Formats: sequence, structure tokens, C-alpha cells
Amino acid sequence: MLWYTTRGAGAVSLVLLTAVVALGILSSLRFEAKGWPRFLTAGLHRNLALVTLVFLGLHIVTAVVDPYTNLGWASAIVPFSSYYRTFWLGLGTIAAELVAAIGITSLARRFIGPRAWKVVHGLAYAAWPIGVVHGLGTGTDAWSAWFFALTCACIASVGFAVVYRVLSISPDRLTDPRAAFRAAVDRRPKP
Amino acid sequence: MSAKAHLTIDRIRCDGHGLCAELLPELVRLDDWGYPIIAPGPIPDHLVAHAQNAMTACPVLALALKRAEKPDDGRNPRHR
Repeated sequence: MLWYTTRGAGAVSLVLLTAVVALGILSSLRFEAKGWPRFLTAGLHRNLALVTLVFLGLHIVTAVVDPYTNLGWASAIVPFSSYYRTFWLGLGTIAAELVAAIGITSLARRFIGPRAWKVVHGLAYAAWPIGVVHGLGTGTDAWSAWFFALTCACIASVGFAVVYRVLSISPDRLTDPRAAFRAAVDRRPKP
Repeated sequence: MSAKAHLTIDRIRCDGHGLCAELLPELVRLDDWGYPIIAPGPIPDHLVAHAQNAMTACPVLALALKRAEKPDDGRNPRHR
């Protein structure tokens, strides 16, 4: 039962994480359409991200407490420390920790400031592919048709969004002066 | 949050995402370039919750609620 929960929650986490990443990219592109205002993208991004954390937590907890694999809590925290599928499971640990870092810094965004938040947030581009590879490498269902199709659909969604984002970067000659100006403003002592 | 709170915008952080104008059209409209123009004066009581929503939604944390003695003059609050 626990093992089925682990697998199910893992697949759901994959889909949710994919949706969150794609929505995040859409936000940065200022995507909008008739009946889809910009705040919808941002709100879905935020709320689905919180739901993802729940399913990811479920995925990890049920995997650890499952008596068959007997993973132990250490393998949920220290990457590559489990005897069971050491490498592929370690990737999952890394991805989960990156996601946790992104989640915590986002909730504390107002306190750590936008710059630090944005740097950590960029780790999503590492966390998502690591999570996908973890699913393909260690997933009990990895090579079953439905999970493989699901993974392909996820890769296609994020791949499409990333390509679209890269293509829509417009060269801005003022990028560097702007960054320098912002840095100077942030360095000013607070009154 | 009392009715004395004012909406302030950090013009340097603002990137013109425009979420504030979507979520708080009563107090924020956008100029031709998509940057917000904020209605002067304190936030009316019935809009405070919406203002907080808009503040949370801002992707670059440029929007803030400030208790100000004087109405916001639209400049960067850090410059005062």
C-alpha cells in the first residue's frame, strides 16, 4: 500500500512540478490571453507549487517508511546514501532538496529580498530535470507505457516553454547599466 | 492595517508585469508602457485586503503598503 502511494505521489509530483515550471516560465514571458489574465498564471504557479510540496512530502515519507525497501531517513536527506538504487534515488534526494530550497526562499521572499530569491529560484531549472531523470531511473513504473508517455509529455511541455522563453529574449543594450544602477540603489544605507 | 496605509511603488524594481493593475484596478492603472500609476491618497478600508493581495502578487516585490504621514508623492520610498 505504501509503495503504491509512493509511486502515485511520485507521478503526481512530476506532473505538478512540470506544470509549476511551465507556469513560472509563462509568468516571466508575461503570457496573457483572452480569459487568462496574468495574475492567473502567477496564482496557479504559486498554489500548484504549494500542492506540489505536499505530494512531494507524501512521496518521500511513504518511500522512507515503507518496510520493504527500508530506506531510512538519512537517504531522504543525504544524497547517494541509500543502499537501494543508490544513484537514481540520490538524484531524487537532490531534486527534493532543491525544490525545498526554492519553496522556503519563496515563502520568505519578502525577508531575503528579490535578488537572493531569484538566484535560488533559478535552481528550478536544475531541480526539474534531475527529478525527471530520477523518475526514469528509479521509478518502478519507469518503462511502463503510461509513465513513459507521461514523462515524455512533461519533457515536451517544459521543453517547449524553455525554447519559447529563450527565443523571446530580446537583446537589451541597457541590461548592464540597469543592473549597475539597481546594485547602487540596493547598496544605499537605509534611512 | 488602518485606513492610513498608502500604496507605494519601487520604480526601480518595477518591471511592468502589470499584476497590480489586474488585481487592484480601483487604485492602479497602467501607463502606455505598462507601468503602474497609483491613485494618490490612503487606501480605502474596503480595498485594503485587495491591496495586500496585489502586493503579494507582485513578481518583483515592487509594491508595498506603507503607513505614511504624508500622501505618497510617487517617488521611490527609499529616497526619502
